[in-house]
Amino acid sequence: MQERHRLGEEEITRELLRPLVTTTPMMWVGFIGLGAVLAIFVFAVSWMFYWGLGVTGLQRPNMWGFMIVNFVFWIGISHAGVMISAILRLTQAEWRRPVTRAAEVMTIFSLMTAMLHPVIHTGRPWRTLYWVFPYDFWRNLWPDVRGPLVWDPSAILTYLTGSTLFLYTTMIPDMALARDRTIGWRKVLYTILALGWRGNERQWKMQTIAGFLLSGLILPVFVSVHSIVSWDFAVSLVPTWHATVFAPYFVIGAIHSGVSAVVTLMALMRWLFRFDHYIRLEHFDAIGRLLIAVGTGWLWFFLLDIFFAIYPQEARELEIMDFRLFQWPFNVLTALIFIFGYFIPVPIWIFQRFRRNVKIMFWTSILVNVGMWAERYWLIKPGLMRKYEWTFDWNWYRPSIVEISIVLGSFALVGFLLLVFSKIFPPISVWEEKEGQHFAQQLQVGKRVVNAIVREF
Amino acid sequence: MPRWGMVIDLDRCIGCGACVVACQAENNVPINTEDVYHQRRAIAWIRLERYWEGQFPTVKARYIPVPCMQCTYAPCEPVCPVYATYHTTEGINMQVYNRCIGTRYCAVNCHWHVRFFNFWEPKWPDSLKNQLNPDVTVRSRGVMEKCNFCVHRIVKAEQKAKVEGRTLRTDEVTTACAQACPTNAITFGDLDDPNSMVSKLLSQAEKDHRVYRLLEDLGTDPKVYYLKKIDLEASATPKGAH
Repeated sequence: MQERHRLGEEEITRELLRPLVTTTPMMWVGFIGLGAVLAIFVFAVSWMFYWGLGVTGLQRPNMWGFMIVNFVFWIGISHAGVMISAILRLTQAEWRRPVTRAAEVMTIFSLMTAMLHPVIHTGRPWRTLYWVFPYDFWRNLWPDVRGPLVWDPSAILTYLTGSTLFLYTTMIPDMALARDRTIGWRKVLYTILALGWRGNERQWKMQTIAGFLLSGLILPVFVSVHSIVSWDFAVSLVPTWHATVFAPYFVIGAIHSGVSAVVTLMALMRWLFRFDHYIRLEHFDAIGRLLIAVGTGWLWFFLLDIFFAIYPQEARELEIMDFRLFQWPFNVLTALIFIFGYFIPVPIWIFQRFRRNVKIMFWTSILVNVGMWAERYWLIKPGLMRKYEWTFDWNWYRPSIVEISIVLGSFALVGFLLLVFSKIFPPISVWEEKEGQHFAQQLQVGKRVVNAIVREF
Repeated sequence: MPRWGMVIDLDRCIGCGACVVACQAENNVPINTEDVYHQRRAIAWIRLERYWEGQFPTVKARYIPVPCMQCTYAPCEPVCPVYATYHTTEGINMQVYNRCIGTRYCAVNCHWHVRFFNFWEPKWPDSLKNQLNPDVTVRSRGVMEKCNFCVHRIVKAEQKAKVEGRTLRTDEVTTACAQACPTNAITFGDLDDPNSMVSKLLSQAEKDHRVYRLLEDLGTDPKVYYLKKIDLEASATPKGAH
């Protein structure tokens, strides 16, 4: 903690609340740029609603395409929030403090974006809400709970509720802070959201307990969400899909891409809001070290999945494996996943010099997510293209411009929502930052240096 | 309770495609235009797959009509979130168009590729509008559809039998494809009735070792049986001669 720059309480408050009141030119560029892509996204989705799914590139063997791949990808990104804030909070990792809020918000927005995909991907989206909520009680028509597509919304909505509550609990003290320093509509908004927070001891105690409880309660959901998403594939009969290793494999993949996305976000926040005093190089260093472990775990499961497909010596499984490992264009895709997902970033992260370089961390984290998107495509598509020995039904999948716009637009959607959020709510948790400062205080007692504050939790 | 099944004798099949046309007319299947074929989105509840057998001078065209296999343990059923596809007590794998929301998971999990999705709003030329079968629902855009063994014919026959106060007679109903087949390659009937045509065909063919089912090893217990082609030439040629 030597690099810590001593900051006064008021200085922290002023600097961290700054994005709320001032809009830098870069933020305007972000708003307009992302807004334009978002407009394309809205247009593409409306176009698809109006004309039907015929405007996509889906056809008979390839009934699921880009949108499902993107769905899995965004569910993966959403695992960052809990990884960073809940797990690191429970393990009391100090370096989590400046990124908890951003990671949690990204969790919520990427979950919402992910949820959008299976809904717009159905043939009749206006009826799809039927399977999210049990319907028609009086006619005894219930959703089929045997199907993974019913587990999906339940798992995702549980996760969304849990992480929204968690985020809100950690935001209450900051809302009170903002309430006391704003006027107009913002004052009304923050007054409502602060729930009468006065900052007395009892309130702090309850807020801390609630935070710990919620982070503990989210943990099982964290494992279950991506397991259930993986079962969308694993319970089917498609070769290379029905693997029992899918659940843990998807979870570790989700953490790999999610934590990398947090690095991207940290770099962007540093550049956009000039939070150099808060998101420091030591934070990049720590998250880089975490990523080495997570990335290696992911590689292990990636190889395990290939091994499990080869081990039973089942002809159909081997055929698809051969197709996606050695045949054009999937051989290139496999190489891309290996290189982008592991063999470029991880050796770079081993060196502390590179871990403390924001630009390098930013670009390697982008690489990981390109690799991880490709990995989801690699997992889902080849099995569908060459399902069983019906050679006359084998076909390639070519995404249409509508699907490509939806995929690109989903990135703009998450980015835009994050930007809007940081205009209304402080993107770094102010009270956690101050708490960190207090915890870092040390006293000289005789020859020993001890922490000034003893933690209760 | 009958257990409906089908026997397709490939030795009799000449690949004329009458079953496909009959099914199209009977079940209000939209007209597949050329571009729909090129998009690989053609809907054909029973389709004729052609493949080649043998090396160049002795190449043979083989045809195989593929309707829905009506699996006893159908993989498409448990994955539907809204019970749009379910099993009837008579063993037919049914599709309820009104419940279907079009997740297409059933099609993903069907390895015979006999589930079809309405990617576009179905269209018919004006001259064909009066030809539509009033007993069969016209499906809208965004729902799955598939062969259901001409369930409307079965229901009609059962109702008629009920009115007349009797049970269904052996081989009283047949499907459109079986009715249209000029060589009687397709036979439809009750697998549990020992007097039915399908049972007789099956017991005879079993003695000749001609019966097989498509992707039988997946364990879904399909109810469409195929009888092997009897190729005298092929059996006359010693193995490995090609």
